[in-house]
Amino acid sequence: MLKDGRPTRPLPANDSGEPFATFTGSRALEQDEPLIFEMDSPGAVGVDLPTKVAAKTRLGDLARQEKVGLPSLAEPTVVRHYTRISRLNYGIDTGLFPLGSCTMKHNPRLNERMARLPGFADLHPMQPVSTIQGALALMQHLKNWLSVLTGMPGVALPPGAGAHGELCGMMAIKAALNSRGDGEKRRRVLAPASAHGTNPATAAMLGYQVDEIPENDRGRVDLEAFKAMLGEDVAGIMLTNPNTCGVFENDIRAIADAIHDIGGFFYCDGANFNAIVGRVRPGDLGVDAMHINLHKTFSTPHGGGGPGAGPVVFSEALAPFAPIPWIVGDDETGFDLIESSDQGATTSFGRMKGFHGQMGMFTRALTYILSHGSDGLMQASGDAVLAANYVKARLQDVMSAPFGDGPCMHEALFDESFLKDTGITTLDFAKAMIDEGYHPMTMYFPLVVKGAMLIEPTESESKESLDKFIDCLRFLAEEAKNRNVERFQQAPRFAPRRRLDETQAARKPILRWRPNVQELQAAE
Amino acid sequence: MRYLPLTDANRQEMLSAIGVSKIDDLFSDVPAGALLDKPVDLPHGKSEMEVEREMASLAKRNISTGTVPSFLGTGAYRHHVPATVDYVIQRGEFLTAYTPYQPEIAQGTLQALFEFQTQVALLTGMDVANASLYDGATATAEAALMANRVTRREKILASGNLHPHYAGTVDTLARQTGFTFKGSSPSPAGSDIAALKDQIDSETSAVIVQYPDIFGHIVDFTSLAEAAHAAGALLIVVTTEIVSLGAIKAPGSMGADIAVAEGQSIGNALNFGGPHVGLFACREKLIRQMPGRLCGETVDAEGRRGFVLTLSTREQHIRRAKATSNICTNAGLCALAFTVHMTLLGETGFKELAALNHARASQLVDRLIEIPGVELLTPAFFNEFAVRLPKKAAEVVQVMADSGVLGGVPASRLWPSSDLNDILIIAATETNTDADIDALVNALEGALA
Repeated sequence: MLKDGRPTRPLPANDSGEPFATFTGSRALEQDEPLIFEMDSPGAVGVDLPTKVAAKTRLGDLARQEKVGLPSLAEPTVVRHYTRISRLNYGIDTGLFPLGSCTMKHNPRLNERMARLPGFADLHPMQPVSTIQGALALMQHLKNWLSVLTGMPGVALPPGAGAHGELCGMMAIKAALNSRGDGEKRRRVLAPASAHGTNPATAAMLGYQVDEIPENDRGRVDLEAFKAMLGEDVAGIMLTNPNTCGVFENDIRAIADAIHDIGGFFYCDGANFNAIVGRVRPGDLGVDAMHINLHKTFSTPHGGGGPGAGPVVFSEALAPFAPIPWIVGDDETGFDLIESSDQGATTSFGRMKGFHGQMGMFTRALTYILSHGSDGLMQASGDAVLAANYVKARLQDVMSAPFGDGPCMHEALFDESFLKDTGITTLDFAKAMIDEGYHPMTMYFPLVVKGAMLIEPTESESKESLDKFIDCLRFLAEEAKNRNVERFQQAPRFAPRRRLDETQAARKPILRWRPNVQELQAAE
Repeated sequence: MRYLPLTDANRQEMLSAIGVSKIDDLFSDVPAGALLDKPVDLPHGKSEMEVEREMASLAKRNISTGTVPSFLGTGAYRHHVPATVDYVIQRGEFLTAYTPYQPEIAQGTLQALFEFQTQVALLTGMDVANASLYDGATATAEAALMANRVTRREKILASGNLHPHYAGTVDTLARQTGFTFKGSSPSPAGSDIAALKDQIDSETSAVIVQYPDIFGHIVDFTSLAEAAHAAGALLIVVTTEIVSLGAIKAPGSMGADIAVAEGQSIGNALNFGGPHVGLFACREKLIRQMPGRLCGETVDAEGRRGFVLTLSTREQHIRRAKATSNICTNAGLCALAFTVHMTLLGETGFKELAALNHARASQLVDRLIEIPGVELLTPAFFNEFAVRLPKKAAEVVQVMADSGVLGGVPASRLWPSSDLNDILIIAATETNTDADIDALVNALEGALA
């Protein structure tokens, strides 16, 4: 009789209720995997190179004699290693990823395929321009889309990510102020307390004093307080819109007018442009510069932390100060690259990165844009805002939404007040979501509400998926209310790791693998 | 639209649950007149097939380095990337993951970063490395800022043989943030290390040198490191071709305090210049002044080894205006590609790859110096070298390109207003064949004739 397929009887738990330890340390599909350095098999190799070429050695006296210390592994071992550790990750492909302010939307594989076309991927940045006309055309097309969607005439493609885009925008503002002889006296930049950390960090990097604008009780800039802070020493404001509380700054025109009246500039952090793309043009609201995170609005993959791309759009006043390189020309005349101030880019503030920008990200973003078209982008932002408002509407009776009166934009903000007196923190609540198979929402950001939970469902979720997620959060909120503390404080129980000791990691940092000292001595 | 799962019926149900009648009602905070009532005046959405066609037609207007003999370098190099690399980085668990801020469900990304940091430290001969920066140029700029923090001085010196894009990136930050950057003029005929030594003074925070430099020269900078250290300054060593460190001494063994590099050569396509991956390594005692993300080892509540992002009190999301850098994103997926490729190579493969690159370049040099009028300027090099031509290099390059050979980068492309019009910088890698070398020699002879 075949016994292999018999139903498994539930095993009795041991006294502590913990699962039985296995011999290997693995738990079925969740497999324990060492570091590559612990898998070294001297003599094994994962690549076969072409036959050696006989040639004279011309390395002077600098040939590397010592070992590098890299481990040796054959290809099957490497494939299995990275496949196994990949399964310890949560990704958009595996589940709803409600990380507010980060926009974890679907990453279409068509974008990946297009970026790998040899006509893009295998282009060298220093090829003669006669051999890269298609690449420059692509960049010009992307610039045109970004310009029309934002209603802003200038586009700078070089920045490598959002924070780099902020730096780009603020350097253009500084250059513009310097060019009119105003740079020295304007030493202050204003930013709301709810701003991304990169905003004050960027302004401070450029030597500005950063003053925090207070929020009003609706999660928006306190207009009167803001106006009271203005003066001739202000270079500009850095404002995210829709802001990090997930709401639209409804006084945005008054804010823009006020900053312009004192001769300052309006930098908009465009991290949340995905909420309004195709529906609202920042240029119509008085914005002078704004970066666009292509990995958010136009769905280039987050890749576990990059690469990003952060093109910046500029008003007429700031466009001349854009970083080099500039692309000039059109489909009729052909395109050219202006790579140096010697070639006429005399007003540019200079270079901020090697070569011409994150081309591989431009290819993906343009593919995404063409797939959606102007109508699809409008629908996408609408769906994103609809999904967030739906989540908020269905959760605000059991969780607490601090600015819950009007509609939110693409993300719904909750705070910890519904957990009051339960002994459960925002962190505990988030970790319990992991056990339920969800990635947690953004926690403790923005800083202006206590124990913030910022949920961004994005336009990529079906209604069924949203309903399941909402039901799960309602259940957890109920459990919290019933003070079922264990469920939260012990979470996550079912993840590949329980909570990690971050204090130890920071106190005695171990940032690389090192061979065991005994092993080294034995080898000698 | 295929990426949008909500149906019109779903939307109606959801609007009712919210208590509004249409999506525009959710945008009521937008000032009057600013809410568009129809899509902007650009094309509507397209099918997957149509988009493919449109993108392919743009790609076709380029000459890909894979289709012609190609010898371009100066900071970006065409190498063969094993198929395994692309398989791994296209796994959704890596591709569609966020920055690992929830370590319990991001151990895959974190373990790979820990392996990456170890590999970078080993290659550069430094103690520690971070989880990557945008690219080599921005990593160099971050190194300069870090040196200013460490030494509490504000004067950076740089070799004239530092890639001008890198020098330009540092210079922009210097002008904008108010420190002094003193670059030098390029010297194609030899390294300017001796002259640099004389410029070091008690205000110097760091000296930046490139190794191999932009013209391919490799020189020992141990004495420069000593001179810098004697004056209380740091030495920053920049490597734009990371494969070189399989053949030549590590920066760490010659006294570098910070080693930065462009990691594109390993695991990453040329991508027309980006995304690439900035490598950043330094001495252990400097780690709390490092920019960017760091992955560290720790244990979980059950005592099992695990990894987390650590020392985040340096970073902008905690420290805000007092952060060591405004940097947030790293080059995560490019770093993963680097790690997978480097793991496949291993000790033997990496050294063999480096040897093959050097052999190809050396073989090419043997042929080029036979051509009348061509003068080799780089006696010791890795896989890239400079030659002086009897004609303007930009014109020669264009003639060669028109005949289907990408024959190098003219120095005038990098320094448009300099007097280096006759200098050509040529790189060879393992991807170049005997036939490629023949083609370049023929094309160059033809262009010079």
